Amino acid sequence: MATASAEIKVTAEIAAEHGLSAPEYARVQQILGCDPNITELGIFSVMWSEHCSYKSSKVHLKRLPVRGKLVVQGPGENAGVVDIGDGLVAAFKIESHNHPSFVEPFQGATTGVGGILRDIFTMGARPIAVLDSLRFGPIIVENSAPSVSPATIAKNRRILDGVIRGIANYGNSFGVPTIGGEVCFEPCYSQNPLVNALALGIAKKEDLFFAKARGTGNPVIYVGAKTGRDGIHGASLLASAEFTEESQQKRPNVQVGDPFVEKLLLEACLEAMNTGAVVAIQDMGAAGLTCSTTEMASRGGTGIEIDLARVPQRESGMTPYEIMLSESQERMLLVAEKGREPEVLQVFKKWGLDAVVVGEVADGGLLRVKDHGVVVAEIPAHPLAEEGPVYQRPMAKPSRKEESAADWFVFAPEKKNLTNNFKRLLASPAISSKGWITEQYDTMVRTNTLAVPGAGDAAVVRIKGTARALALATDGNGRWCQLNPRLGAMHAVAEAARNVACSGAKPIAATNCLNFGSPEKPEVMWQFSEVIDGLAAACNELETPITGGNVSFYNETLGSSIYPTPVIGILGVMEDATNVLKMAFRDAGDIVVLLDGGSDSSGASRSNGSGSHLAREFSSSEYSKTIGGIVAGEPPAIDLPAEKRLQQCLVALAASRSIRSAHDISDGGLAVTVAESCFASGPARKSGDTFGSLISIEDRNPAESAVFGERGARAIVSVSTASLNAVLQMAQKYGVSAKQIGKVTAHGIFSIELNGSAIIEESVETLRDIWAHSLERALKQ
Amino acid sequence: MKFGVVVFPGSNCDHDAFYAISNVLQQPVEFIWHQSEDLANCDAVILPGGFAHGDYLRTGALARFSPVMKSVKTFAKSGGLVLGICNGFQILLEAGLLPGAVMRNIGLRYICRHVHIRVDNTATPFTQAATPGQVLKIPIAHNDGNYTADPQTLAELQKNEQIVFRYTSADGKNDAAGNPNGSLENIAGICNRERNVSGLMPHPERAVESVLDSADGLVIFRSMVESLVTPAKASA
Repeated sequence: MATASAEIKVTAEIAAEHGLSAPEYARVQQILGCDPNITELGIFSVMWSEHCSYKSSKVHLKRLPVRGKLVVQGPGENAGVVDIGDGLVAAFKIESHNHPSFVEPFQGATTGVGGILRDIFTMGARPIAVLDSLRFGPIIVENSAPSVSPATIAKNRRILDGVIRGIANYGNSFGVPTIGGEVCFEPCYSQNPLVNALALGIAKKEDLFFAKARGTGNPVIYVGAKTGRDGIHGASLLASAEFTEESQQKRPNVQVGDPFVEKLLLEACLEAMNTGAVVAIQDMGAAGLTCSTTEMASRGGTGIEIDLARVPQRESGMTPYEIMLSESQERMLLVAEKGREPEVLQVFKKWGLDAVVVGEVADGGLLRVKDHGVVVAEIPAHPLAEEGPVYQRPMAKPSRKEESAADWFVFAPEKKNLTNNFKRLLASPAISSKGWITEQYDTMVRTNTLAVPGAGDAAVVRIKGTARALALATDGNGRWCQLNPRLGAMHAVAEAARNVACSGAKPIAATNCLNFGSPEKPEVMWQFSEVIDGLAAACNELETPITGGNVSFYNETLGSSIYPTPVIGILGVMEDATNVLKMAFRDAGDIVVLLDGGSDSSGASRSNGSGSHLAREFSSSEYSKTIGGIVAGEPPAIDLPAEKRLQQCLVALAASRSIRSAHDISDGGLAVTVAESCFASGPARKSGDTFGSLISIEDRNPAESAVFGERGARAIVSVSTASLNAVLQMAQKYGVSAKQIGKVTAHGIFSIELNGSAIIEESVETLRDIWAHSLERALKQ
Repeated sequence: MKFGVVVFPGSNCDHDAFYAISNVLQQPVEFIWHQSEDLANCDAVILPGGFAHGDYLRTGALARFSPVMKSVKTFAKSGGLVLGICNGFQILLEAGLLPGAVMRNIGLRYICRHVHIRVDNTATPFTQAATPGQVLKIPIAHNDGNYTADPQTLAELQKNEQIVFRYTSADGKNDAAGNPNGSLENIAGICNRERNVSGLMPHPERAVESVLDSADGLVIFRSMVESLVTPAKASA
């Protein structure tokens, strides 16, 4: 039991203010055998917050596949780790920083990047790439959401701007390239933007570090920035609660980042790890000193004792409560071998960072916190870390109004020219180029980037010293998950894996960020459970085990939740980095081939011939939303074996060097895919002009469905005439249909003909200009 | 001959410069820590890109006080080759080893993309292997690359042919659209009167292999090697 100097007496009301329910508070009393003091209450409140304890998600997360022969470390450590050959491993993880990014976009996003980077280098891996998956409310007036006010639109633009600058600020200064991700827009994200940051690092397998405190008497060392009052309750009251009108008051809960200090921390940590004197290390992220001490002790089956008087502080008069809960950034906690402290401290001194022995590893399994020698908190570490509440939250499928053709997209009459609608689609924030955003990121530092944002379907980095490269893609579709959570989740995995395969890399592992509303709502928990089942099915079929990630609940404001939004990051390996595939067409005369892992799409699969099934499916598409103003229906059916066949075929085609480009079909369908392959082709040509293309397809289905439909397991590749046969044979070998649908041309016209009639025809340059500049124009309105 | 790449706290393109010199150029190179008071007998010193000392106060403002800069100044005074890349260029400006200053990009945003620069003076150890007017496709990555100088300084730079690189269109023409940051006279890089110290905002170390989209930056490093091998060539 801890004694403390004059303090607030803890009551059930105070516990409730801290986010602990009555039963949770009772459990605290049970573990301690008495009432907690205020410091102990603070510690429990952050450790048992939804964000840190996963109390609502644990029972479902168990269903995710986490094992695989290449998995070195699955969920449970600071990042997932996979074997990538040559004695090397890749550590990677995606994480959310949603709530802080609404309250303070710049700092919220910047510290999101800082946090995920630390999770990587705390494992001993040097970060080599960052991707970010972002979701905002509408930044222009949209057909499908006419009630979004101008004030909300203006605010969404400010949030986007702050988030982009925040991400750039951290990655660019720290010196890691930000090379991919996605930006999506839906009304539900207006008050709840999503900022999910993924980082990837490389290490030698034998140089991996874990966060298990071991060795009684070993010194516990605090390194990095000083501790201040920023971010207190970031985990419990910001990340684990929904927003109300008073959200702005949560500003002090947002952490403040300094990438320069983190760069020093990175170099110092890697150097210190090299001395051999470091036993364990963990970064201080959510719940700062509390979480790192508790988790390291619990994982190691030991106890940790620290004295807060030794903690470097940048503000005076901080209470033990404040010091333990502070989420000041750029700090790590490490355990060193007794007697070797000087070697470790010396490294941090060289890099100009604070490094102080603040305590030691102890027997007895207790987290014992002292302040100037007086015990101010004492809690058994394992129960604190692992025996928190676990909930089987009630689930209930939300009732949905029965839809009919009146609710769905209505296809245009045959032969209607779709060129103007196509331009509107290309101009939409969802489809338009994100170049204006990605050019604000340093995409090339460390000279490993083989595919910058927009060059290919996945970000690709080489591994110096080997012939290999790694590819990464993040994908998610909140709208589809809202319409059908299980199906939407399966598509998220399939799309991310397809993107990786389109760059020529074999998908090997996944990380996930699960963004949802309040777990106290049965509909949200039902969505969560369905999503888990969808992810599990897809990850199993595609052989991409989940190696880690995080869950972000409470993304809702005034009772209104976001769409269920699982975001999947997939990692792929390329044995030969010279086989990287990009999306740009390369030569006039090359043949455009549509690869389809599923049945032939020309209408044979729609044997019922009825338009209504198609209308229902098409109503979930980007075109339906942007042009028709309709969001309804169901996502397209998914065929996981077909997705797998296509992916395997693409990887084989890359290795055989028989195709010139590859780009998958997703948002906006085939028309957007082919157009993007034209748009990307400019920079490589001497003249700078983009290639055009003549596409001719036969399809019994309505035109919009044929050219803008988003059914999966498809990709567009371009092939030289000399290699055509080899490609057709390879496709056949993998059970993938390969249809020649047109040619790349030098004459600057983009044209799509359906059943002999031109339905889209325009100069490529006109289309490219719309696509390339619409986002910037929208933001400057 | 040996190259040295200075490492300040916060430098982050040091490894890229090192790799370009050792793996691509295949020349001996070593890192020089910012607190070192000697340059380890290096024949050419590179101040790399990054955010030395967090760019606190102003970009490059604190780095100029690093102990190593004393030696760099002495080295430069005695004719040693010094190349400042991006943040390194900013440090040379703050240290007074090159004239002028850089301001925030005219668009007020960080920009990272390939640009084209034209070699406007091949009589320097950094460009002697290039042809006059040669256009190089090289990436930039900066927030503060808007080079500026007062009219008197600009006149001297022009008179003494100290403007080494200018932003241009892809075919080497003076074109405002080719200038990414609004710099005066489209200046991308300059040298001192003696020609042994040069700085540029673009990153040649990121353009030394075709897998990285351009190998045009190699000519700058090759020029330096050439000039060290046959010193007689490297005169104004």
